[in-house]
Amino acid sequence: MNNAAYFPGCSLKAEAGDYERSAAAVMEVLGQPLEELERWTCCGTVYSLTDDDLMHQLASVRNLIRAQECGADEIVTLCSMCFNTLKRSKVFIEQDSARLETVNAFMDEEQDYEGGVEVFHLLEILRDQVGFESIEGKVTRPLSGLRVAPYYGCTLLRPREIGIDEPDTPTILQDFIRALWATPVEFAFQAECCGTYQIVDSPEMVLEKSHRILNSAMRAGADVLVTSCPLCMHNLRLCYEELRSSLPEKRELSIIYLTQLAAIAFEVETGELPTSMAKLVEGLPTSMELVP
Amino acid sequence: MPSATKLEQFVGFRERVEMLSGENVFACYQCGMCTAGCSFADEMDVLPHQVIRQLQLNNWKVLECNAKWICASCLNCQTRCPKGVDLSKLMEAMRQIYLRQQMDNLELNKYSIDQIRCLPQIALVASFRKKTG
Repeated sequence: MNNAAYFPGCSLKAEAGDYERSAAAVMEVLGQPLEELERWTCCGTVYSLTDDDLMHQLASVRNLIRAQECGADEIVTLCSMCFNTLKRSKVFIEQDSARLETVNAFMDEEQDYEGGVEVFHLLEILRDQVGFESIEGKVTRPLSGLRVAPYYGCTLLRPREIGIDEPDTPTILQDFIRALWATPVEFAFQAECCGTYQIVDSPEMVLEKSHRILNSAMRAGADVLVTSCPLCMHNLRLCYEELRSSLPEKRELSIIYLTQLAAIAFEVETGELPTSMAKLVEGLPTSMELVP
Repeated sequence: MPSATKLEQFVGFRERVEMLSGENVFACYQCGMCTAGCSFADEMDVLPHQVIRQLQLNNWKVLECNAKWICASCLNCQTRCPKGVDLSKLMEAMRQIYLRQQMDNLELNKYSIDQIRCLPQIALVASFRKKTG
């Protein structure tokens, strides 16, 4: 990794603590430990879609300045929404020097943002800088036989200009899953919206959208579903809790973060897994020799 | 749902939406791809392609649709539009016309503290950004 600063965002320090712990452990194993950006603030959560105001870009630009201050040329995020917001703001501001000038003039308490800080999602780092072959080389407990559904959601892939893979036919998560010796399970709703922030005032609608996603993954035969977005995680787990009572016995779906899957394959301890996942892990072969 | 009465005298409605969004509504040729791929179309009173049609016709009544609050900017429509129209920006422009007149679409006062505690902060902040001015 070049000189990269890790941007956590709010969820990673609260609900998604298991995501942060597992990512830190996994990156440690891969020899590129995460170094947290100093004095980071909220990214703004959702990218502002209006063309006539720059006010809503400030939160993101402030974090780009933080990176610049500590000499980092890259920001790495785990949260898909932070990735999307930071990267889109960066592109929007840097596209037009007048915008950059206005923002710098407005934030006179900060040093000027000079542009050029890159924003990456951890998955891109794993693919382009670490390499999936290196990941495969670090696997001590191959996840053979485990059927894993890759769930992308929206913000990793769209819009195309900033997405980490082809928006309609992404493969990066499947390749990641394969590198851990697990089997990726393709399903129809892998890049559909879970309902996102509408959980606040339209929970029924969100549960319906999430239900479609979970149903589609389970019908395709998945045991596990991995995601990289803390908000998708919240919605999908909530929906799964509701759905569970109607499922036949022994039919379970574990919903975990992608780095938790890698932590299992690297045999690093990162705290508690969902009960159903812990059961699946028990059933896995224990060392490389057992794999034909 | 706040009423659009204040907006009745709205002149240059389409131009306002285009200015806020930076999009050209006449680029749309009504193929319906946006509606076909929209995860939320089944919840909307005016369908995504119909929203654009009404914008083309400069019909300010389209502002009253619930579609603008339901659109979660998942950008399925934007990536698939053959004419490169970003509908999420048009929806945002329609929301902003309300929000900039202090007509919010989210009342957190009706929630108990316990209900709010159950919601992740990422969802709360995103809702504030999308539904309050």
